[in-house]
Amino acid sequence: MSMVLFDVPGPKARARHKIMAVIGIAAVLAGLVYVAMRFIATNQFSSRRLDWINYKQIQLSLVEAIGNTLSAFAVGAALALAFGAIFAAARLSDHAWVRAPAAVIVEIFRAIPLVIMMFFFYYGLPVAGVKLSAFTAVVVSLMLYNGSVLAEIFRAGINSLPKGQSEAAYALGMRKTQVMTFVLLPQALRAMLPTIISQLVVLLKDTALGFLITFEELLRWGTRIGGDAVNFGRPMISVMIVVALIYIGLCLLLTWLATYLEKRNRRNKKVIHLDDDAAGQVQLGNASTTVGAGLAV
Amino acid sequence: MSVLTNNLPLFLDLFWKTLQLFAVSAVLSLVLGTILAALRVSPVPVFRGIGTGYVTVLRNTPLTLVFVFFVFAYPLLDILKIENYTAAVVALSLYTAAFVCEVVRSGINTVPVGQAEASRALGLTFVQMLGNVVLPQALRSVVPPMTSTMIALLKNTTVASGFAVAQAGNIRDSLSEQGENVLFGLLWVALGFVILVMPLTYVQQVFEKRWSVAR
Repeated sequence: MSMVLFDVPGPKARARHKIMAVIGIAAVLAGLVYVAMRFIATNQFSSRRLDWINYKQIQLSLVEAIGNTLSAFAVGAALALAFGAIFAAARLSDHAWVRAPAAVIVEIFRAIPLVIMMFFFYYGLPVAGVKLSAFTAVVVSLMLYNGSVLAEIFRAGINSLPKGQSEAAYALGMRKTQVMTFVLLPQALRAMLPTIISQLVVLLKDTALGFLITFEELLRWGTRIGGDAVNFGRPMISVMIVVALIYIGLCLLLTWLATYLEKRNRRNKKVIHLDDDAAGQVQLGNASTTVGAGLAV
Repeated sequence: MSVLTNNLPLFLDLFWKTLQLFAVSAVLSLVLGTILAALRVSPVPVFRGIGTGYVTVLRNTPLTLVFVFFVFAYPLLDILKIENYTAAVVALSLYTAAFVCEVVRSGINTVPVGQAEASRALGLTFVQMLGNVVLPQALRSVVPPMTSTMIALLKNTTVASGFAVAQAGNIRDSLSEQGENVLFGLLWVALGFVILVMPLTYVQQVFEKRWSVAR
């Protein structure tokens, strides 16, 4: 793909590339060595600061924190998928009185920052007498925001199927619901699966925003242990490295699943390959309003 | 309504700060993201590896974690003292740059192969080819997704609320200190963001229609 931008290097170019490679590696190494030296100079990995790993209590609380993150992710993802499916169906409806309100709701929830939504549910609603737990506030916000994005992804996916599919189905005498459930959805879902999963990666990362409303998830656990100056002398660096590795690992696992499914799709002849990945266009920036297949770049 | 009218200066001031934070981070992330995209398509494998590594790490890390790192962990290293505001700008720029890089790269991939081949035939160097031929053409397909990335950045500035950086996400704190109705206050904040985002979405749609020219 990017190979088209340059010719196969000849002997001179190869020599030049080698020099540039050395410079590049040297620059990155210099940066890493500097950071490592700062780590050592400020004693970030002294035995006192790594001591937290040895406590059973802390290990258990880490497991519990990961559990909280994952359960917020699981519940949020399930609700967001349901929300997305319902609102995508509503936006594809033939009746304007269903389509218009759904469009307004989806557009509004995509425009409001997730943090503001979480604040609203956690700090705002108690004013009206409705008290939600931090978990509920996080999950509901994740559902509304990611559900709206997913609704757009579903809609773009279904819109980008060739028109002949629904026309043929109608010609066979199928009803609207039958066309959708038997013909359009199965094909669209297969084509959209990688995009849906990468939106779920976004959802997983967004659970970390629960940190701002005191939801006891992985990141909040990290700041609590990492900020402990009395027992461990503020092991923030080592704890945050562990937390980051866990997050990256979880996200990569999901991303890997998406690439695996994409590869399997490519081998599968049943899948219709769309030239312009309209669903992907929506996902790319999470806010694009792709109108239909023809307009996507 | 009274929550808004009574505190209008507060709302305007903090939304203005949001826009400032957004503008600075947007410029920095655009510059860094474009450089990263150039690295990712460069002929030198090591450069491609550096670009890919950066994007993989940053795209799979929650933004809140990047903030926590720069606000709580970085000062422990005693390198250069930075204020929370600077930390917020750095966190937002580094995080968004990864997404900008992906958008630019996918834009570069939409430019027909013949363009790069023709410029090579004319004897342009890689940098000349990218800067004078490919990137200007990629721009056209890049603008709509780039607008989305920038909208995401605008919304992401609210993450700074947890780190004592003044912006619209902090309106809640000030309101609850003054004993105002937080529920309606937050609804106004949400409306403020809808008002900020909607024109951007509209511009994006216009560009998408105008520039969806067949090549």
